[in-house]
Amino acid sequence: MLDQSQVERLEAEAVNSAKTRQPLYAARKKIFPKRASGRFRQFKWLVMAITLGIYYLTPWLRWDRGPFAPNQAVLIDLANRRFYFFFIEIWPQEFYYVAGLLMMAGVGLFLITSTVGRAWCGYTCPQTVWVDLFLVVERAIEGDRNARMKLDAAAWSARKLFLRVSKHAIWLVIAVATGGAWIFYFADAPKLLGEVVTGTAAPIAYATIAVLTGTTYVLGGLMREQVCTYMCPWPRIQAAMLDENSLTVTYNDWRGEPRSRHAKKASAAGQSVGDCVDCNACVAVCPMGIDIRDGQQLECITCALCIDACDSVMDKLGRERGLISYATLADYNANMALATSGGTGPVNPALVRTPSGSFADGLAHFHLGKIFRLRTYIYLGVWSAIGLVLVYSLLTRERLELNVLHDRNPQFVTLSDGSIRNGYTVKLLNMIPEPRTVEITLHGLDGGEMSIVGVDQSASRSFSIPVEPDRLKTLKVFVRQPADQIRKPAQSFEFHIGDTASSETAEYTATFNAPENSR
Amino acid sequence: MSNEHIDEISGITTTGHEWDGIKELNNPLPRWWVITFYITVAWALAYTIAYPAWPMLSSATRGVLGFSSRNDVKNEMAAADAAKAKYVTAIQSKTVSEIAADDTLREFAVAAGGAAFKVNCVQCHGSGAQGSTGFPNLNDDDWLWGGKAEEIQQTITHGIRFAADPDTRQSEMTPFADVLKPEQIAQVSAYVASLSGPVQDKSLIEPGAKVFADNCAACHGENAKGNRDLGAPNLTDAIWLHGSGEAAIAAQVRAPKNGVMPAWVGRLGETTVKELAVYVHSLGGGE
Repeated sequence: MLDQSQVERLEAEAVNSAKTRQPLYAARKKIFPKRASGRFRQFKWLVMAITLGIYYLTPWLRWDRGPFAPNQAVLIDLANRRFYFFFIEIWPQEFYYVAGLLMMAGVGLFLITSTVGRAWCGYTCPQTVWVDLFLVVERAIEGDRNARMKLDAAAWSARKLFLRVSKHAIWLVIAVATGGAWIFYFADAPKLLGEVVTGTAAPIAYATIAVLTGTTYVLGGLMREQVCTYMCPWPRIQAAMLDENSLTVTYNDWRGEPRSRHAKKASAAGQSVGDCVDCNACVAVCPMGIDIRDGQQLECITCALCIDACDSVMDKLGRERGLISYATLADYNANMALATSGGTGPVNPALVRTPSGSFADGLAHFHLGKIFRLRTYIYLGVWSAIGLVLVYSLLTRERLELNVLHDRNPQFVTLSDGSIRNGYTVKLLNMIPEPRTVEITLHGLDGGEMSIVGVDQSASRSFSIPVEPDRLKTLKVFVRQPADQIRKPAQSFEFHIGDTASSETAEYTATFNAPENSR
Repeated sequence: MSNEHIDEISGITTTGHEWDGIKELNNPLPRWWVITFYITVAWALAYTIAYPAWPMLSSATRGVLGFSSRNDVKNEMAAADAAKAKYVTAIQSKTVSEIAADDTLREFAVAAGGAAFKVNCVQCHGSGAQGSTGFPNLNDDDWLWGGKAEEIQQTITHGIRFAADPDTRQSEMTPFADVLKPEQIAQVSAYVASLSGPVQDKSLIEPGAKVFADNCAACHGENAKGNRDLGAPNLTDAIWLHGSGEAAIAAQVRAPKNGVMPAWVGRLGETTVKELAVYVHSLGGGE
């Protein structure tokens, strides 16, 4: 077990410390995050692997849809206005599924934020993930914090130039791969890759790669924490969703203060000392460059790397982990009240401990039950309700549809034998990737018969129309009713369609107009 | 600077500007912001050199890239024409019946013909081609000069009673006011009206039939079914170009109106005329 004074003190200073608070608009202070290790770092590696894996590999998954549709599992086919997601195919008018997913994402974010705080920022936000990835490269090439700071301060030399150039080169490669992966969602990936490599892909593909390469490189490599602090609206929105029962990364002053570099001397002199040895490990690892001990801050993305850093120090000192921990504001306030005798004095660590050194009984500790509260259930309920509606509508949606537009000009035509004819534009939607034969039939309208432009068949009440796979077929249909069967100026009747092979049907109620005096 | 003033609370210099006691702190901007700002200024200047921008006395600078929105339109029109070329060539080389029988070509011709119709034909035939008194309805199945695609094409190409075109469709109904006595006109009108509906005085029908046979059958046919070679309308059906009923018929017998339609080929060209013919043919009455 280490003595307190043996813990290495890091020369780290928060970029936004209250003592040296910078004006809001100032030259950026360089941040050199130190490598952290521990539970949360492990978890972040896992999240990074999963999110990057999903992003880069998804376009390469295949899904057999038969000969009439693409076999890419996830494909946004803008040219043909189709969106494929594994077994789901979405037409533009079904975009409400995407709207529903966005609503679920929104409510899901409320749910996550109200319970575990800014977990999105800390773990899964692409900005966080790519900055993490870029930092891996930076560390591998330039070394950890101290080496990087030294290199940064050093005069330009061949070595520095080489390191810098290789770092930026690898960053650019990653950036190109990021932009490159994006375009594969919009076209057949293997074919497009070939085209991109041989220079025969569409200009928009190269433009997209260029733009995303630029944004990835600039935002992930150069701007990093400034994106979160200055550019992103999310921290402001998310902060508004936190309440006193949400988990945030918290420095527990009630056991840490008064912090001291020389605890032994201090306690020998009869002063009270907290657990914080002021080693600055939490500041050194912070990718946002802040000091979590200043309390909750706008800049904090709750990546929890300071927890890892502090826990390893506490382990070395043989003290309980969790000097910095995920805690709710309610718990923190309760413990603070205990440590300061209800806010009447400075923090006295003795108040939260028993004489034997373990934590006092009155301390509030976090348990999972605390995140389940009315708010959580409401979010969960809304989120599930939207999900269930989407699933229900997906399972029961029609794959054979019919739209009818009644000609308005002219509304009706009198024919030479006195009968009345109305025109309709009938659209048959075959929404599956199989060719189908659709039978279209008139229901109602006594004596009425139809004829279809371009279909070589005499007037009838029923037609068989072949429809191409996954296509809309537009028909110009004329419906004619003999003069003596017309009952009133506006009659309702139905167009009925049915797949001749399956039992799928659809119908549309249309109106047949006749002049007032036609009877 | 002599007028430099430091804000007491923040310790930051102010710009020296003051509004109602409110002073502006002179905080530095982030460097990236400033750089971005200078880039946009440079971009704006370069833009005015690259594109038409600076006003001169009578025009404006042209810009080194030679951009003009007129050229853009021209290029876009050329691109549209090039995209249509495949269909237009096919339409030029095929007869209208062939076009009407081909799904893709018909669709194209109906769209193009519909557009041309809305510019050139709606003034007389109406925006839905429904016509009005004196102007034929093109949706129905009653055709004065024939309802086959080729016949419609012939009509549009050379017009009707259009003096400037030697191949125009030509015919003229005699004004019978000077030829027939008023009672004969009443009789023949009653007879013609009786062919498609009830009449008031049935006693007029029989003498009317005689007047018809003597004076009208030559053009309208013995059974009054009309003659398309002469543009003589079928008088037995439900469709009346100049109005139905005995009075309207009598008026037409006394002083006939003979409609005129211009020849369109000189103005629209053969391709558009073909597209128009296919469009009119597709309206529902085509034969």
